[in-house]
Amino acid sequence: MSVRTWLLDPAPASRRQAQLGGWFRAWLAFRRNTLAMTGLVIVALLVLIAIFAPVLADRTLAVQQVLEDRLQGSSALHWFGTDELGRDILTRMIFGARITLVIVFLVSAIVVPIGLAIGLPAGYFGGWVDAVLMRITDIFLAFPRLVLALAFAAALGPGIENAVIAIALTAWPPYARLARAETMTRRNAEFIQAAKLLGASEFRILATQILPLCLPSVIIRLTLDMAGIILTAAGLGFLGLGAQPPAAEWGAMVSSGRQVLLDQWWVATLPGLAIFVTSLGFNLLGDGLRDVSDSRS
Amino acid sequence: MTVARRIAAPLRKIGSLLVSVGLTFLGLTCVTFVIGRVIPIDPVLAIVGDKASNETYERVRLQLGLDQPLLEQYWHYLVKVVHGEFGTSVMTAHPVLDDLLSVFPATLELATLSLVIGVVGGIPLGVYAAVNRGRWQDQLIRFMSLLGYSMPVFWLGLIGLLLFYAKLGWVAGPGRVDVGFDDMVPVVTGLMSIDSLIAGEDEVFWNVLSHLVLPSSILGYLSLAYVARMTRSFMLSQLKQEYILATLAKGLSPFRVVWIHALGNVWVQLVTVIALTFGSLLEGAVLTETVFAWPGLGLYLKNSLFAADLNAVLGGTVLVGVVYIVLNMLSDVVYTLVDPRARGQG
Repeated sequence: MSVRTWLLDPAPASRRQAQLGGWFRAWLAFRRNTLAMTGLVIVALLVLIAIFAPVLADRTLAVQQVLEDRLQGSSALHWFGTDELGRDILTRMIFGARITLVIVFLVSAIVVPIGLAIGLPAGYFGGWVDAVLMRITDIFLAFPRLVLALAFAAALGPGIENAVIAIALTAWPPYARLARAETMTRRNAEFIQAAKLLGASEFRILATQILPLCLPSVIIRLTLDMAGIILTAAGLGFLGLGAQPPAAEWGAMVSSGRQVLLDQWWVATLPGLAIFVTSLGFNLLGDGLRDVSDSRS
Repeated sequence: MTVARRIAAPLRKIGSLLVSVGLTFLGLTCVTFVIGRVIPIDPVLAIVGDKASNETYERVRLQLGLDQPLLEQYWHYLVKVVHGEFGTSVMTAHPVLDDLLSVFPATLELATLSLVIGVVGGIPLGVYAAVNRGRWQDQLIRFMSLLGYSMPVFWLGLIGLLLFYAKLGWVAGPGRVDVGFDDMVPVVTGLMSIDSLIAGEDEVFWNVLSHLVLPSSILGYLSLAYVARMTRSFMLSQLKQEYILATLAKGLSPFRVVWIHALGNVWVQLVTVIALTFGSLLEGAVLTETVFAWPGLGLYLKNSLFAADLNAVLGGTVLVGVVYIVLNMLSDVVYTLVDPRARGQG
């Protein structure tokens, strides 16, 4: 029996087989979606580039200023040309992938736990707990994201950490709402009642029974959100409020290329293209994941 | 059901809406207060400088009310904000409110035109995509709006300037109007396109329009992407309903069923989407206005930021936040008025 037939067996013999089979079926559905696969490839490439950046390019080229070589066009030595300080643009773009992914990762690592910590109890307990928590969520939901991030950066000073805090602070409310909605549909399910009868504490029920069921939709939402996070981070970088020079941040690179846009167009446009492709990749991937999860339910 | 009860239900709804608007406003001012007062920068030092004697420092500290408990300080701050007192801008030496009011029309003009483009283009595209679900038209529209979703607006703006202004010369460059036309029309509404019409200056009007067309098309495309996508998904859920089948069976033309009956039921949801789009346009102004040197709220915020003009930044943040809250509230009110189901048990 091949692995494939074992995975697709309509009558799985074990829990593990059933679970793996479910994953495999989702993968098959996902694989048929060309756009989603394109997204997956883009995101995977980005992650690989970020991991192997030191192998792909020489780190010193990203910061080393060779003023005689400034603003050169494409050549065998500098595929994407050089910027206004004579640094190799391709190298800086490769290392920029690291900064982008770090920001995305840090924001997710803050946003998801906060969203779950607020949404799960709100949905599970209902009543005044729900009212108070959701009121707080609504308040944050009504905040203008970029402007608030600006105000924060203004007060705390520019930098990656502050950009991450600012973005995270305005990005968690949708997760709280999502977790609440998911919890509400399940809090009266029979397996929850069974857990209660077994004497499980409320914390235990939330953490071991409800949380795992919320995760798939949270992850899909997160993938879709990542594009927005990347755009906001790049926007902050463009305004000079994200990663500080000489760090190779894509948004900041676009901004520095603005001065020479009319004569050396590549300095500003190529890093911008990287932002665009990356955020498109996450959007395509998220869209595909959502389609797959929709067709299963 | 008595008339009194029929009126009471929406009133109660609107009452609770007002409470939530008030709470959101408190939350917003709370955050700006924390940013302005509690965060590292010493407001006293900023005024007296580090060479001041201890007595001067103490005196200014008392003047600013910084010796009072935080809650009391917050209350004073809140009272000021409600009265529109955001302090004086360090950069322009004008009261922040005056500054904000003078730059806001430029942003409003750009955002409104972009919203019109987004709505007029996005809704038909969304409906068309929903009707042709799964076919190539749908895929194309969906892909187009995904592109819009993924586009860094400042980058698209730069490319637009490079292509249509520098290379092709089809549109005017950055700014609201050519330098030669500056201050030629008296300010009436603050919206330059309308002001120039009022003054009867045709030449200025066309110049203003040629400056407007590129930034508003770019922002318009981004909002179009969002509006089209939401319209599509709202329409899909309508087209699944049984009444669609019933009206078709009754012999109504498919065109009428889609554009009048189904779209008519979607309008209420679209109002929320449009309000949100408008809010994000005002906010996204920070980036677009930087690229296009557009002298509006966004550029003002950005410049104050780099001049370390905290009064101006926080004033601008409160203004954008209030506009956001008002937009949210308006869309809720419209929802309640238009959709009888949202009125609760009446």
